[in-house]
Amino acid sequence: MTDTERHEADVLVIGAGGAGLRAAIEARERGLRVAIVCKSLFGKAHTVMAEGGCAAAMGNVAEKDSWQVHFRDTMRGGKFLNSWRMAELHAQEAPDRVWELETWGALFDRTADGRIHQRNFGGHTYPRLAHVGDRTGLELIRTLQQRIVALQQADHAETGDHESRLRVFAECTVTELLTDGGAVAGAFGYWRESGRFVVFTAPAVVLATGGIGKSFQVTSNSWEYTGDGQALALRAGADLVDMEFVQFHPTGMVWPPSVKGILVTEGVRGDGGVLRNSRGERFMFGYVPDVFKGQYAQTEDEADRWYDDQDANRRTPDLLPRDEVARAINTEVKEGRGSKHGGVLLDIASRLPAEEIKRRLPSMYHQFKELADVDITAEPMEVGPTCHYVMGGIDVDPDTGATAVPGLFAAGECAGGMHGSNRLGGNSLSDLLVFGRRAGIGAADHVGGLAARGGRRPAVHDEDVDAAAELALAPFARAAGGVDEDGAAGENPYALHADLQRTMNDLVGIIRTEAEMTAALDRLAGLRARLRDVVVEGHRQYNPGWHLALDLRNMLMVGEAVASSALRRTESRGGHTRDDYPTLDARWRHRVLVTHTRTDGPADPVVPRVAVDVAERDPMRPDLFALFELEELEKYYTPAELTAHPEGGTP
Amino acid sequence: MTHLVRRILAPEFGAHGVHSRGRAAIGSGTVRLDNWWRAPAATTAGLLVFLLYGGFRAFQQQYFFADERYLTPFYSPCVSLGCASEPGSAHFGMFLPDNPLIPYAALSLPFLLGFRLTCYYYRKAYYRSIWLAPAACAVPEPHATYTGETRLPLILQNVHRYFFYVALLVSLVNTYDAIVAFKHPTDGFVVGVGNIVLLVNVALLWCYTVSCHSCRHVTGGRLKHFSKHPVRYWLWTKVSALNTRHMLFAWVTLGTLVLTDLYIALVAAGTVTDLRLVG
Amino acid sequence: MTGPSDSRVVRVWRGDADDGELVDFQVEAHEGEVVLDVLHRIQATQAPDLAIRWNCKAGKCGSCSAEINGRPRLLCMTRMSVFTQYDEIVITPLRTFPVIRDLVTDVSFNYTKAREIPAFVPPPGLGPGEYRMAQADVERSQEFRKCIECFLCQDVCHVVRDHEENKSAFAGPRHLMRVAELEMHPLDTADRVPAVQDQHGLGLCNITKCCTEVCPEGIKITDNALIPMKERVADRRYDPLVWLGRTISRRRD
Repeated sequence: MTDTERHEADVLVIGAGGAGLRAAIEARERGLRVAIVCKSLFGKAHTVMAEGGCAAAMGNVAEKDSWQVHFRDTMRGGKFLNSWRMAELHAQEAPDRVWELETWGALFDRTADGRIHQRNFGGHTYPRLAHVGDRTGLELIRTLQQRIVALQQADHAETGDHESRLRVFAECTVTELLTDGGAVAGAFGYWRESGRFVVFTAPAVVLATGGIGKSFQVTSNSWEYTGDGQALALRAGADLVDMEFVQFHPTGMVWPPSVKGILVTEGVRGDGGVLRNSRGERFMFGYVPDVFKGQYAQTEDEADRWYDDQDANRRTPDLLPRDEVARAINTEVKEGRGSKHGGVLLDIASRLPAEEIKRRLPSMYHQFKELADVDITAEPMEVGPTCHYVMGGIDVDPDTGATAVPGLFAAGECAGGMHGSNRLGGNSLSDLLVFGRRAGIGAADHVGGLAARGGRRPAVHDEDVDAAAELALAPFARAAGGVDEDGAAGENPYALHADLQRTMNDLVGIIRTEAEMTAALDRLAGLRARLRDVVVEGHRQYNPGWHLALDLRNMLMVGEAVASSALRRTESRGGHTRDDYPTLDARWRHRVLVTHTRTDGPADPVVPRVAVDVAERDPMRPDLFALFELEELEKYYTPAELTAHPEGGTP
Repeated sequence: MTHLVRRILAPEFGAHGVHSRGRAAIGSGTVRLDNWWRAPAATTAGLLVFLLYGGFRAFQQQYFFADERYLTPFYSPCVSLGCASEPGSAHFGMFLPDNPLIPYAALSLPFLLGFRLTCYYYRKAYYRSIWLAPAACAVPEPHATYTGETRLPLILQNVHRYFFYVALLVSLVNTYDAIVAFKHPTDGFVVGVGNIVLLVNVALLWCYTVSCHSCRHVTGGRLKHFSKHPVRYWLWTKVSALNTRHMLFAWVTLGTLVLTDLYIALVAAGTVTDLRLVG
Repeated sequence: MTGPSDSRVVRVWRGDADDGELVDFQVEAHEGEVVLDVLHRIQATQAPDLAIRWNCKAGKCGSCSAEINGRPRLLCMTRMSVFTQYDEIVITPLRTFPVIRDLVTDVSFNYTKAREIPAFVPPPGLGPGEYRMAQADVERSQEFRKCIECFLCQDVCHVVRDHEENKSAFAGPRHLMRVAELEMHPLDTADRVPAVQDQHGLGLCNITKCCTEVCPEGIKITDNALIPMKERVADRRYDPLVWLGRTISRRRD
């Protein structure tokens, strides 16, 4: 494959969402040559879908807010399973990352004194989310995109070439990472437009590919969310953590079927919207779990007063963390109190004047009007849980985003640990910025270190390129061969995808049991076999059937990672709810499930098999541990662990 | 018929526009099946009717002053020596020569015409309907080249704001006309149907004039910091609200101008009698 | 559509840069579906290699731009229920940009133009966290920042749609609006008025408003961005009063 198109860079960033772009900006500002590869057009990444805001303890609206409070909220939301170091860095650095966006031209909504306005959100003690109406993700991606353009303009002024230091390869899919002696050497991919192959050579690769939602049937995620980064990392030798924790956003659209799963922002509830069942009851008051008792209002009156006076009142349980609300909705529907199309009602129409709704939630108004023919200023929305986010992901070093593979870094949704078992709304945009930047620094330092040591850059091996090309072309080869040996017609990638989505949705969804997950793993094994027979029609030029067939490799791999991890964790925590183990188990709090590629047994190059091991999370640093009340920690920690707290606990 | 009109309005040109090399070879210049030609056709008809009527009336030099107090806007201000034929019609003196080729309101009419010709809405209207550039969205225009408003004469569209300033003065004159029309030389204060007609007309003329895009710009649009100019910001929000209806006012005032003038002409000719409501 | 589920004929343009044709597909359409759903069904059951560009399917990313019955629209935001049973449904790619395959076009023109607009220039000496802007001052630019870059306005604009030769001189509505956004940004310090006329081709715009008509975000591109920019150009170039006023005030300083 010597004639394959080749490009060289110091840092290759895979994914052009918030994390990828922030990493690329950082690496470029540190003087490196950066290539960004993304599956879609530049500026279309899934980050645009984020609505509510970007959490950062700037204290613009509530002066009492601080990084410590944000840190506590994040740990609490993640049920203390989070990588505490990531949560710490995130809470400390988020304000700087948001302010930095302003210097690049972002225009957030303002407070009366001209600072960035911050809104309330589930699980956050204070109004903390910097936002622009309900299109914050778009603002973020556009600002980063325009920052990239600004840097390209600066490069053009200096070198006469816009792309001399920062080049975007749009509509290009990476199918394999290339390694040299265990270290990352580059990546292999194809142009979606032409189907031609392309090889990138780079001593540092940042994975920022986002999530895995397209493995599920009802999801708020776009087609891009096929778990590429997670699977690429696994195949290159890195580990995944916490893959059992998948967040189901409580409020997705449920009707009409074609929009099922599309997100309804939490901002609707932050701005006064309430959940009701078919009897008109505000059912969330009945679902405040013990660990949150005392922090949420117990009467509707108190909850309503909270919107105006947040010091004297407790917040409404409509704003409990997402896992709690999703489970509550699930129960209401199961017990027959659901709405017409199997959701519950989200009512803002009776709570705010029509003009105010349109001003605060313009894109929600637009979305329901256009897609469901519902006027949210006049009638309630029908909502239900939708697969939204994966807390788990590639195991990274908190400070640098480095994985176990030298030169391989990860940031954003595809990295794991930061959010523990459940992510708070608003923490993902800040996550992208904080850890995107850190991965950019990590990658830049890695490249700098190689040069300083006078080390050789890892080289791409031709045989690896040939193998990757052969694997990518296999679906066509089978088509050319017609009917395969055992006489079965080839598998349709769309049908396979639909089966995978149904399996994950029905058997590894919000509520899980051992029997269902075992069944899921069986079915996934069947799909793995069928994937070998997948056949695509047509030629390589912009062929979505082929693209899907290749993405399915990744979806199956992460599907197995999720199901295997979920089967292993015999407790319920955050985004992982077991019907057969319905409670938190303090003995599981410090245990992390690590997924890695199996080296034993028969090798499957198409979808390498994975295995899950148990590892221990490092105990929280004492100064951070001391930020919590002992009383709260007792709900999550074992007595033995609590001896590390300054207020002691009896040894 | 539909087909014929479409063929005339959207002729096919060789390797041009949507038929350029590399673009999708779809064949027809547009696959729009709706009656997209209706809007430009109606616009052309509307503008034509107004121009014919207005042109005829501007040069008619007759039936412009009724009941010794109603002056039609087409003759305001009446500054020709010819205005003497209707005593009381000249509120601002008579100094232009009385000539069949010089309208009695030659002082205001060219500016009013210029105001409307350079108006951002009318530009859209006649670029689309008369010049067919484009006749409708995603319908190919029949011109081989296009330079927009970058050259003479269309670069002169940029003087719109001066026509606006003059139009403001003319609106004041029209307002004055409408007010003095309440005073009959012999009967004193009176209110007739004609007064209502003149008032409605002048109110709508104001709406059209201040909803102008140039007005929106000079009141506040040109500011970078609204928060430092609260009064101009307030004005800008009001003008902006009116501005969203600029097209509506553009058409409504064409209608009311014609109807007002027609009413006064008919009263002046004695065809209809003005109903007195008061006095 | 009349019933909850219906069989429809959908005509889709299939081809590449060399040639192509409209192909008829008989396909089911269910209640509440959008055009993109129906195209996905064609992909899954009849033409697996039908090329469509799409992403979020919620009108937020601006990827699935195409032309439906000759009008530029987002495939994901066009409900099947807007067509009657008797309406023909013809889906073609954007016609201002080179076609790649089927409904996918090469929109790189727009990215090239984006690079030609000088970036935000912050005030010197103002550090992160020190920015103070009133809501009233950011609102105009915020409207323009709602843009999802679907490029429907760029596609429909006759300046480039009907005149390939204007592409080099004209940035298109989306990017002229970007200049307006920066010009109205309360803290941008660059002077953008001369360039908008000389480099980005504002003078070519004849404000016929098709960009505003097709904008899926409902941004008033013409009234709020293009005309205010034309007025700002008039301030500088074509307004002797403003020039006089400026000269006098400069004398006084």
